[in-house]
Amino acid sequence: MEKTVEVLKSATVRFAGDSGDGMQIVGSRFTETSAFFGNDLSTFPDYPAEIRAPAGTLFGVSGFQIQFSSQDVYSPGDEPDVLVAMNPAALKVNLKDLKQHGTIIANEDAFIEKNLNLAGYKTNPLEDGSLAGYKLIKVPVTRATNNAVKDLGLTAKDANRCKNFYALGITYWLYDRPLDITMHWLESKFSKNPVIAEANIKALKAGYYFGETAEIFTTRYKVAPAKLPKGIYRNITGNHAAALGILAASLKSGLPLFLGSYPITPASDILHDLSSFKNFGVKTFQAEDEIAAVCAAIGAAFGGSLAFTSTSGPGMALKQEAIGLAVMVELPLVIANIQRGGPSTGLPTKTEQADLFQAILGRNGECPLPVVAASSPADCFMMMFEAARIACKFMTPVIFLSDGYLANGAEPWRIPHETELPVIEGDFRTEKEGYFPYMRDEFLARPWVKPGTPGMEHRIGGLEKQHITGNVSYDTANHEFMVKLRAEKVKNIENYIPLAEIDGDPEGELLIIGWGSTYGSITSARERLLAKGYKVSRVHLKYLNPMPKNLGDILKRFKKVLVPELNLGQLSMLLRANYLKDVIGFNKVQGLPFKASEIEKKVIELLTEK
Amino acid sequence: METETTTNGTIEGAAKPKLTAKDFASDQDVRWCPGCGDYSILAQVQRVMPSFNLPKEKTVFVAGIGCSSRFPYYMDTYGFHGIHGRASSIASGLKMARPDLDVWVTSGDGDLLSIGGNHFIHTLRRNLDIVILMFNNKIYGLTKGQYSPTSEHGKITKSSPFGTLEEPFNPLTLALGSGGSFVARSMDRDPKHMQDTISKGKGHNGTAFIEIFQNCNIYNDGAHELYTEKDTKPDHTLFVENGKPLLFGAKKDKGIKLNGFRPEIININEGNNSVNDVIVYDETSKELAMIVAQLSDFNDYPVPFGVLYKVQKPVYEAQMEEQIEDSIEQLGKGSLEKLLFAGNTWEIK
Repeated sequence: MEKTVEVLKSATVRFAGDSGDGMQIVGSRFTETSAFFGNDLSTFPDYPAEIRAPAGTLFGVSGFQIQFSSQDVYSPGDEPDVLVAMNPAALKVNLKDLKQHGTIIANEDAFIEKNLNLAGYKTNPLEDGSLAGYKLIKVPVTRATNNAVKDLGLTAKDANRCKNFYALGITYWLYDRPLDITMHWLESKFSKNPVIAEANIKALKAGYYFGETAEIFTTRYKVAPAKLPKGIYRNITGNHAAALGILAASLKSGLPLFLGSYPITPASDILHDLSSFKNFGVKTFQAEDEIAAVCAAIGAAFGGSLAFTSTSGPGMALKQEAIGLAVMVELPLVIANIQRGGPSTGLPTKTEQADLFQAILGRNGECPLPVVAASSPADCFMMMFEAARIACKFMTPVIFLSDGYLANGAEPWRIPHETELPVIEGDFRTEKEGYFPYMRDEFLARPWVKPGTPGMEHRIGGLEKQHITGNVSYDTANHEFMVKLRAEKVKNIENYIPLAEIDGDPEGELLIIGWGSTYGSITSARERLLAKGYKVSRVHLKYLNPMPKNLGDILKRFKKVLVPELNLGQLSMLLRANYLKDVIGFNKVQGLPFKASEIEKKVIELLTEK
Repeated sequence: METETTTNGTIEGAAKPKLTAKDFASDQDVRWCPGCGDYSILAQVQRVMPSFNLPKEKTVFVAGIGCSSRFPYYMDTYGFHGIHGRASSIASGLKMARPDLDVWVTSGDGDLLSIGGNHFIHTLRRNLDIVILMFNNKIYGLTKGQYSPTSEHGKITKSSPFGTLEEPFNPLTLALGSGGSFVARSMDRDPKHMQDTISKGKGHNGTAFIEIFQNCNIYNDGAHELYTEKDTKPDHTLFVENGKPLLFGAKKDKGIKLNGFRPEIININEGNNSVNDVIVYDETSKELAMIVAQLSDFNDYPVPFGVLYKVQKPVYEAQMEEQIEDSIEQLGKGSLEKLLFAGNTWEIK
């Protein structure tokens, strides 16, 4: 049967199954193929905190969503067009997000009584007509997979594990994706176990051919390559980009990189990546705890390394005292906080932006330090690089904020050439004459003197320092002077960061201000609003402390300022406090990114209210 | 103390005048209470430093918080006064980043064993080539007299007016149990022994842990006097030396004999006992070190001093360097350009 081909601008697919079903793997493969194919894309992995939650349960459902397009993509998409549901629980958890009249590809073999009970279905939704509003495609994924690999002599368990690639094959056919990239990946992944590679390839092809031959698909979709700026691209997650960013900073500054870290979700991939860069001379230290990790990094900074520590919210809380020490001893240090849902252990695998206060305000005493935030997975590279630049130039710890959504989400990245990256100043003083440990240059930075430099032996520490000499001082007037000096040093950085840029009119009815990972959702929402004829400007902050020095002026020029955040209004409070502007918070703390439609709706509400 | 002379005679620094103890004293006023045992430790450290023949600028003293932790301010070397309990971690990071430096930790019983206990045990098992000096006064001095993790059970202090409810740590068995490769003890009132012990610790390639009994004459005066005063010291202390029998007492007539795993005190001049029954110390035996280190946990046994344990183990930072070198040898020196453009890439024209 000849099938119609419908050309789409963009499409969103969500794979959902048990946490052991390999949904993240096939999601990543679909991403890689689409990126290679030239689509712009954005992904959102959403998985439970438990590594292998009990099979078939609602809380054990793992999902991976990707939006791919022939145009620019800023978010992983609000509502999937296609939901691949590997079992009843996956259907139940994800159905509410599916687009009206969207397509469900369900593994009917998994809709057995036991699984239906676990998911809380009284009757089988594939049979009882409750899915009538959707395009339901029932596929015997388990049986078909077993059939496809039966000649390979696999155990029942191994054969069964190939079913995710069968499902992937169906989606490849549906969206006209090539198979070869995934086949190469399987061959290299299982190079030591070629039977497994072969089985998965057979399953993938069988799924693809099922799409081609089955009578149930009447339409096939095409999403053409996007027109992205010229260059060489790769697909990258936020954590990989962050690891490359700090490595690049090390190489461009000539400072050896030292990472002290302790495993924590969702930051651990940064530790993993840097641990593999040994041939770059990178030293990584998995410490006994978060405190030891940051303290070791501070020790390395004293020794002249580009010192780095990576963590997430709970670990950040543990590091705060040591970060205060770094502020006092004025050594460069980069601290990456890959935020997750809090407080306490909170939602380890979900995203949130609720550590902004912790970053800006979270230490004892008057303890200011620069804070930067990445706005997209690929942006983690440059903002990490920027954090290192600021740390070295101004002799200060710098906090880099990302979050679970950026960390694990992926997008195409136009790779910069090494020569395009700026040089980072990380100079050591060796001139003995006139040297004092707490003297300052024009940036108010103190000199960095490495142990081993003759004649410049000095002591630093957490006790208050006498201005210039750096000797311990309990003098009250000196203390106030030093508190103000440290504040001024950080504030002065506003002169060495870019001004805030306004997308849209420089003044008007409504301005949206966001920071960090909401960039994509806000951009998509604004595009939709512009298409509908609404006038909306926006500023996206990457520098949270100090903020760009033109921000106050920008705020004055708009009647209404909307601040969408994945917290209860932390940036809102800072803007109100710093600029006396009555901004309007739009807040969500569900462990998920904003949908563009949510922001769109809120803006329309604000623009039409009387 | 004699230092080794080199045979080639042209080593760098040979032209420089030989450093003295004074060269290691900083210009800062020492602010410990008069009569504090810390003065003796500072003096002994400054006395032995020149014997290591290292340039001052290569030496770094790292400390946490507490009276002991002010130590770096008084040494004219590089120094880092960190935060409470974290000296081992700061020192570890520094030593990993800069294996060329000579790194020392000065800490107290509270700083190292209580708030810093976790870092202490892990630092020992990693075995970086550093020296840890723990000043043990069995009290919190800087916070004015609360019980510490080495205070004896039932100790009356400001925070335990009815006596403590907890058993103290034995720092030596804790260090041995943590995989320490050099475990020793000395005391503030025996300068020669302290100098000798510190020198041995410095000579050890690996983490050298040295507990130093130190008197806090304000909040815990006399805590160690049984071991430090002339008339009681001989009967209450056991100075172990590698290859020598474990003898003690004013006349060196008492010895430690092993009955199975159980140590017994014998008099070598009485009954059937002779010096041949006494254990000959072997500093490479962890079993022996554990038994002798535990003597202080029992009444009527002498408290051991000296180097209880010393073995060569792989050194952390050396292995770290080796992995890097091996990796460069196998993969070539890393190229950022190659790494950035690695994996599946595609071109948009």
